[in-house]
Amino acid sequence: MSNDALFEIKDLEVSYGSIAAIKGISLEVRKGEIVTILGANGAGKTTTMRTISQLLKAKSGSITFKGQELTQLPAHKIVQLGISHSPEGRRVFGILTVEENLMLGAFSRSKMNKETLKWVYELFPRLEERRKQLAGTLSGGEQQMLAIGRSLMSDPEMLLLDEPSLGIAPILVKAIYEQIKEIAKRDVTVLLVEQNAKAALKLADRGYVLEVGKIVFSGTSAELLSSPKIQEAYLGKKRH
Amino acid sequence: MDIFLQQLANGLTIGSMFALVALGYTMVYGVMKLINFAHGDMVAASAFVGLTIYTHVMGQATSLFAVIAIFLLSAASMACVGIILERVAYRPLRTAPRLSAVVSALGASMIIQNGIMLIWGPRMRIFPELVPQVYWDFGGVVISLIQVIILILSLVLMVALYLFVEKTRMGAAIRASSIDQDAARLMGINVNNVIALIFIIGSSLGAVGGLFIGLYYRGITFNMGWQYGLYAFIAAIMGGIGNIPGAMLGGMLLGLFNAFISGYVSSTWADAFTFILLIVILIVRPTGILGERVAEKV
Repeated sequence: MSNDALFEIKDLEVSYGSIAAIKGISLEVRKGEIVTILGANGAGKTTTMRTISQLLKAKSGSITFKGQELTQLPAHKIVQLGISHSPEGRRVFGILTVEENLMLGAFSRSKMNKETLKWVYELFPRLEERRKQLAGTLSGGEQQMLAIGRSLMSDPEMLLLDEPSLGIAPILVKAIYEQIKEIAKRDVTVLLVEQNAKAALKLADRGYVLEVGKIVFSGTSAELLSSPKIQEAYLGKKRH
Repeated sequence: MDIFLQQLANGLTIGSMFALVALGYTMVYGVMKLINFAHGDMVAASAFVGLTIYTHVMGQATSLFAVIAIFLLSAASMACVGIILERVAYRPLRTAPRLSAVVSALGASMIIQNGIMLIWGPRMRIFPELVPQVYWDFGGVVISLIQVIILILSLVLMVALYLFVEKTRMGAAIRASSIDQDAARLMGINVNNVIALIFIIGSSLGAVGGLFIGLYYRGITFNMGWQYGLYAFIAAIMGGIGNIPGAMLGGMLLGLFNAFISGYVSSTWADAFTFILLIVILIVRPTGILGERVAEKV
């Protein structure tokens, strides 16, 4: 492994009771990269993300960010270090307004960064239009924009995005992916979990493929896209 | 008309006591989805603690300073009891099935109730006359200084709490934690601290409620927490449990309802009618009057 990794997972194991969900995975993310973790339902993608954020505790292995070990920290400390997590299923605060949600995103900062709020509204103008509306009344796609916007409010160095395309109209998926590209241009490193392999590989520099708790394939997006096995399993192309 | 105005004044007084106590139930439920059955007994304990502070610490003084000190010390002691209660009885069970926490809450309630009995005895004690007996007669409607103090102080505390929860950073953390604890953690909110804070606020408000009960009714017994706790709990449900303005509204409505039934029907029927009201409200609005503003989109 190279030394310039911003973020590194080594031999990570996570279990739910006696059931092993992650069986010893290792991966790294370098500064400025967009890295994707692909896999089917139940492969352990969300478990990995939740373990990085310390919402779940690892059974063994290490997770380091800028050389600091995360596994011993409580969940609320992670965002202070510069890792922000936009969770699966969006998890916006439904009975609070859009604006209140965004302000909570900046909770880890002693003061909200007005520039960041402006940037989030530029990325997702829909949020500014609806800033006084309760988050629970937004459409699924808008809620996803809010979840991503909220996670940007802490000015993170690394963004964890868990299935931003889940259950969203295709046209909005495209719009959201374009904005993720914009986010990455602002020096935010992105770790993206997806079932939608096609969309994710178009955006990402590199990818890992997770199958029942193990990494079975890794490489650049081009390598993944050209691999017959990946094409068949995740891109829906039949072998002739 | 005299009866109406008189019962309106009485109803607002008991209603504000119910509301103060109901806030403790609703705040804890909001964040932990747990009914803290020990809350009513802490309200009772506060009246006894106040009695002891009055006799042994303040040397039976009733100066304004002494009264303020009794309120602050009682509230502080109940805040400590609340923190210990959360640490010992609830935190270890946070991931356990709901029923375990309910049993733990009932156990804590009995321990506190029996603790009061062992320390202060099983007989009724008389709460000191901290406020002079001043009455005003408005053409047949009698209002006492105690009633005015209870009403004004309760309103001040409730407005302060409302502003704290709606306008401050910590208040936002409380609201976020009550909606989704994991999402709150991802924002950098220390949910354990939020829960401790909830217990401090809820127990202190309950403590003030307990002292008001002592001031207003004078006779205090070790098991009175059950009765007042039940009323406050009903108030919290009526207003929409988990909803802070709901608990305030529920408490006031319940107090008024109780007073009017006592005034126009009979005080022996007040309890029965209270429960009928609760049932009707739950049939018409199962989430309470102010419960759940919108359903979350999945």
